[in-house]
Amino acid sequence: MTSIALNPELAGISRLFIQAAMLVYTAAFLSFAFHLSKLASTKKAVRSSASKLERAGIVLLAIAAVIHGAGVVLRGISASRVPWANMYEFSITGSFVVVSIFLLALAIKDIRLIATFVAGFNLLILGTADTVFWVNVKSLMPALQSYWLVIHVLVAVLATAFFNIGAALAIAYIFKTAKWVEKSKLKMVATFRRILALFPNEDKMERLSYRFNIIGFILWSFTLIAGAIWAERAWHRYWGWDTKEVWTFIIWTIYAGYLHANATRGWSGKRSAWLAIVGFVAILFNFTVVNLFFKGLHVYSGLK
Amino acid sequence: MLAVAAVPGSVFPQRSADPNGVTAYFDGNPQLAPILDAVQLFDVYTSAWFSAIYILLFISLIGCVLPRTAVHFKALRSAPVDTPRSLSRMPAHLEIKASAKTRESVIEASAALLKRQGYRIQIQPGLDDTPASVSAERGYLRETGNLVFHLSLIGVLIAVGFGGGLSYSGQRVLVEGESFVNNLAGFDSFSPGTFFTEDKLVPFSVSLDKFEVDFDLQNQSNIGTPLDFRAFVTSQVVGETAPRTAVIRVNEPLELPGSKLYLTGNGYAPQLTIRDPEGNITYQGATPFLPQSAKYTSLGVIKVPDAKQQFGLIAFFYPTVAELETGALTSLYPAPYDPLLTMNVYVGDLGIDGGAPKNVYALDTSSMKQVAGGKSGVKGLKLQVGQTVKLPGELGTVTFDGLKRFASLDVSYNPGGLWVLVFSLLALAGVTTSLLVPRRRVWVKLADEGFELAALARGDDPTLEKVLGDLARELKPKSIKKESKA
Repeated sequence: MTSIALNPELAGISRLFIQAAMLVYTAAFLSFAFHLSKLASTKKAVRSSASKLERAGIVLLAIAAVIHGAGVVLRGISASRVPWANMYEFSITGSFVVVSIFLLALAIKDIRLIATFVAGFNLLILGTADTVFWVNVKSLMPALQSYWLVIHVLVAVLATAFFNIGAALAIAYIFKTAKWVEKSKLKMVATFRRILALFPNEDKMERLSYRFNIIGFILWSFTLIAGAIWAERAWHRYWGWDTKEVWTFIIWTIYAGYLHANATRGWSGKRSAWLAIVGFVAILFNFTVVNLFFKGLHVYSGLK
Repeated sequence: MLAVAAVPGSVFPQRSADPNGVTAYFDGNPQLAPILDAVQLFDVYTSAWFSAIYILLFISLIGCVLPRTAVHFKALRSAPVDTPRSLSRMPAHLEIKASAKTRESVIEASAALLKRQGYRIQIQPGLDDTPASVSAERGYLRETGNLVFHLSLIGVLIAVGFGGGLSYSGQRVLVEGESFVNNLAGFDSFSPGTFFTEDKLVPFSVSLDKFEVDFDLQNQSNIGTPLDFRAFVTSQVVGETAPRTAVIRVNEPLELPGSKLYLTGNGYAPQLTIRDPEGNITYQGATPFLPQSAKYTSLGVIKVPDAKQQFGLIAFFYPTVAELETGALTSLYPAPYDPLLTMNVYVGDLGIDGGAPKNVYALDTSSMKQVAGGKSGVKGLKLQVGQTVKLPGELGTVTFDGLKRFASLDVSYNPGGLWVLVFSLLALAGVTTSLLVPRRRVWVKLADEGFELAALARGDDPTLEKVLGDLARELKPKSIKKESKA
């Protein structure tokens, strides 16, 4: 007789941690946003007072990440398994990986300027997870009881996190090179232009985005292969054109297209940046719409 | 383009993955469905247009990769290119002042150094035939990886094609105590690949001894969730003396010679005996009921063709029954704590005498008359285990003898799987190498008052300037004056 011990009280505590992390993310997001708006100011005195805000933002972001991580670990303990078996858990774990990669990358490369995006994105994801995706701890259905859950999904989370940062850089790149931003006479756009002027130059951003995306692509390819190996065991075929399999494949081809665009003269730059954004939109679509509204075997949201 | 072409397959139900969805779509959209079907939107991945796209893609892939392989093969055996005249135009460039003594040895020293770092080098003479520059190149693996990746993709496609052609899969529903033989007659349904022949089926038999399910009774938020399915089977390969017993789980298929045996579904099979008014048995056996919900409310059909008047039953089974406020029945828990069977009875032509194959899980009531349940005026039948009730009219009695479970098993064979895996892993290794190994050229050239260094990357290379800096430091540890032009 198989039995399993779930701990809903602990899951409740984990949820409190996640909510607390959201508060701190909000504070970090506001610091970064104010920092940017100050930097964009035309007055020198205001600009020079900005760096304190940025430092405060990074400290806040790190604190948020620690609380967030504690929430993720507690969720895993309360379910006595890895915390990424439904949409809620995938969201909290995935966004934790995003912030971890960002903080680690920060130690190597100066990518502070997308901190606003990372803090805002995590806030959005956690908010959606807590209000829409929340489910109490559940046991795994037998098809999911496999070590492949650890490998396949963990790598998918990692790939998503890398693509996420790659897409953030691509968005910044698009704005920076956009003609309407450059030419507009609106005051708001002018402020925005000054913020963009603070970002690294276009080439640098393009290359950074590319580097995050190639790592994402390698991890995504691995996810695809690991998924096929697992499907061969659990669903008696390695590939069955299940909706999620189809979309994983679509995303893979989009990023393959992105790599080719970068290797082709005349297609790098804006066009490839758009491809990176399209790819990430497809990932979000795959995670939300395909999970919730399409019929298929990968329906693990736990939502009715 | 392939990405866009794959989209409709996730929007419309596909015959291969969701045949019931296709049927439902036809029922729901009787006008639109045949049009969509005509452009193969229910069979996207086997459709002519989808195949056309990927065959074209792969032809162009082959057309691109083969010449590139030839070029690369040549490049692998030829020396690095001549040192360009003006190095200062390169993306990374350093000029270093050095004494005459250093200048004398710098070409040989840098050649040795670069060679140690894995560069392919060529020392080139200047105007007076003395060594004047080193041309070095590394990262040939980048292109090799890229080619391996593309060739492996072609390998994957070939393996998928041939594997699919040689493959087969057969499905069989087994009630506890039943067994089946691995031949075409032994399966409920069978899907062979193009090159399949019946002699590919290794003769063996499998019997389902027992089927166990664990549902969660312990955790409030998780009540009734299945924790584990276990099918205890005995297999006997013809020619082997001793039968073997094994347990099949969802993620643990049973390896049999020439195929694998998977557990794909399960449910209840109530055992019924139906007798005519004289007491002769007209139907007896355990009939698999298909689960309709997570709590195993199950639907079954029993056809009794051999009675004086043909009749059929549409029955619902509730493992742990409860009555809703509306009076409808439901199941509270998937294990049989308080099982109940309800039945509606139909008399008339079952439609199975014509010889046309009929779905055993469905009753075509179009030419039948309902005599119990629904609007027939007679209440539907209700039975607990062990009970016998009278059927309406002169149909006799039905007894609910007991409860068994059934398992749906799938025998699958796909020899392509292993090759697909090998080629995909090769592709993964190839793409990783081609994206992460930097390919660059480095030149060291004597100048009037020292020497020059320059580097050029092919593709993305974040460390180009650092490489030159390190090289300069190695060649001239105390290089004091560095002039960088980038």
